[in-house]
Amino acid sequence: MYGFEMMTFNIKDGFLEAIVRGHRSGLLTVADYNNLSQCETLDDIKMNLTSTDYGAYLANEASPIYTANIVEKCTLKLVNDWNYMRSQADETLATFMDYCTYGHMIDNVVLIVTGTLHERDVQELLDKCHPLGMFDSIATLAVAQNMRELYRLVLVDTPLAPYFSENLTHEDLDEMNIEIMRNTLYKAYLDDFASFCQKLGGTTAEIMGDMLAFETDRRALNITLNSIGTELTREDRKKLYSNFGLLYPHGHNELAIAEDFDQIRSAMEKVPAYSGIFSKLGYGESQMLDKLLYEEEVKKCVDCFEQQFHYGVFYAYMKLREQEIRNVMWISECVAQDQKGRISDGIVYLF
Amino acid sequence: MTDLTHPVVWFYIPCAITWICFLISVGSPDRFIDYDWLWLLFRNMSPYFWSALGVALAVGMSILGAAWGIFITGSSLVGAAIRVPRITSKNLISVIFCEAVAIYGVIVAIILQTKIEPVSPGPNGVTYDKWAMASGYSIFGSGVTCGFANLVCGMCVGIVGSSCALSDAQNNSLFVKILVVEIFGSALGLFGVIIGIIMSGGVKWTA
Repeated sequence: MYGFEMMTFNIKDGFLEAIVRGHRSGLLTVADYNNLSQCETLDDIKMNLTSTDYGAYLANEASPIYTANIVEKCTLKLVNDWNYMRSQADETLATFMDYCTYGHMIDNVVLIVTGTLHERDVQELLDKCHPLGMFDSIATLAVAQNMRELYRLVLVDTPLAPYFSENLTHEDLDEMNIEIMRNTLYKAYLDDFASFCQKLGGTTAEIMGDMLAFETDRRALNITLNSIGTELTREDRKKLYSNFGLLYPHGHNELAIAEDFDQIRSAMEKVPAYSGIFSKLGYGESQMLDKLLYEEEVKKCVDCFEQQFHYGVFYAYMKLREQEIRNVMWISECVAQDQKGRISDGIVYLF
Repeated sequence: MTDLTHPVVWFYIPCAITWICFLISVGSPDRFIDYDWLWLLFRNMSPYFWSALGVALAVGMSILGAAWGIFITGSSLVGAAIRVPRITSKNLISVIFCEAVAIYGVIVAIILQTKIEPVSPGPNGVTYDKWAMASGYSIFGSGVTCGFANLVCGMCVGIVGSSCALSDAQNNSLFVKILVVEIFGSALGLFGVIIGIIMSGGVKWTA
């Protein structure tokens, strides 16, 4: 029953919810970002970050420090926090937290396969993988020649196995097929995650339903934007859209036939939730779209913390931390390349 | 938790209740529920059963409520205090409010228990007279009132206490404001205690 989960939620998950709310209070605020924007060098950034939650991770870094180091340490903090919570999580929170990381797993798989295609070293690729999405046999992905082998050799033992269906082809992996594979896996993953959340019921189902609907609509929008002018047919494009979300099913029909940005815009504006985003864009302009979508995602994640006794806070914390890492990376890059005027273009304030 | 719109609730349970009433009414051709037969049933149950059950429920349910509230508050408090240790001392007040609920239950149980007097049954050796029956039922009602009021009060204070701990960790001006909500919540248990004491105030086991 909706609302009565308050009585039993804390039995298994009260401690971890309190921990994740503690982490949320350590996210960087506008004042922190202003301090970081005033920095002249990357060492200044490191000094400013040591007074925040990242202190323990960055304090012992040797100078000279590079953007990659900063980002790596910040990601390490996210991974450590996440693993601390995941190792203490009971069912069903443990399954939920695993679902949150499958997206990274898919991205890692695609990264390694693409890298292998371009003949890069496996070790180098493994270093670039996102740590939250690692699994044991990931290095053997480099051996596979086509999708069947990929599935049979490696992925059948991973949690991604159910997302491979019979329609994935025997063709050799090339750029286009890899992107299609990524999007097909992501579609199956989001459908699965959404139905899992609905089964959990209560506040979790409501909040996660909303956030996953936004995620899937955002992916549909990006797929459409990226496939304009490529050889992806309309039917194939339609197959990559998920089976839920605000755009399902009528918006998907319209997006599938869209051929330029204005048609996409008219399809998205029919959904009231997204017309606000598109009204901020001028006609024909699509560069700001990414930033507006990130802002919308951050707003949803921050609102998620308003309610207590649900699992959405874990997912939202992961997304907010990742946005913060992106912000820190942007600021570091701007400072390193002496382009401080562009800092405010690229960061999304969380609070 | 079950879904209240499920057919079980709205069809099968009424059917079951109707069937039970029918069974009870068999033996009385002119009435749907056979009150005489039911009274026979209740008349043969000793008032001491009811009074003992009342005392047990008073203390048992109150302590269940207090324990429920304490674990709800405690788990959030422990988690939040890892990062913000200053909240621990103030937020123990929430735990104390829950504990008070248990104490109410114990007090009422002791009071109810002192009101039970030994009385012998009537001439047939099984049924008691009306004074004893009324006393037994009063003590039962008093115990149930107090017990269930404290049960929900404990849960309420616990849930609010959990939110209080988490809010205090973020912003310490919120503590006193949410404490006011908790104080109102803990008044619910007091209502149960007062009514329980009033209900059991007039028991007399003999004429």
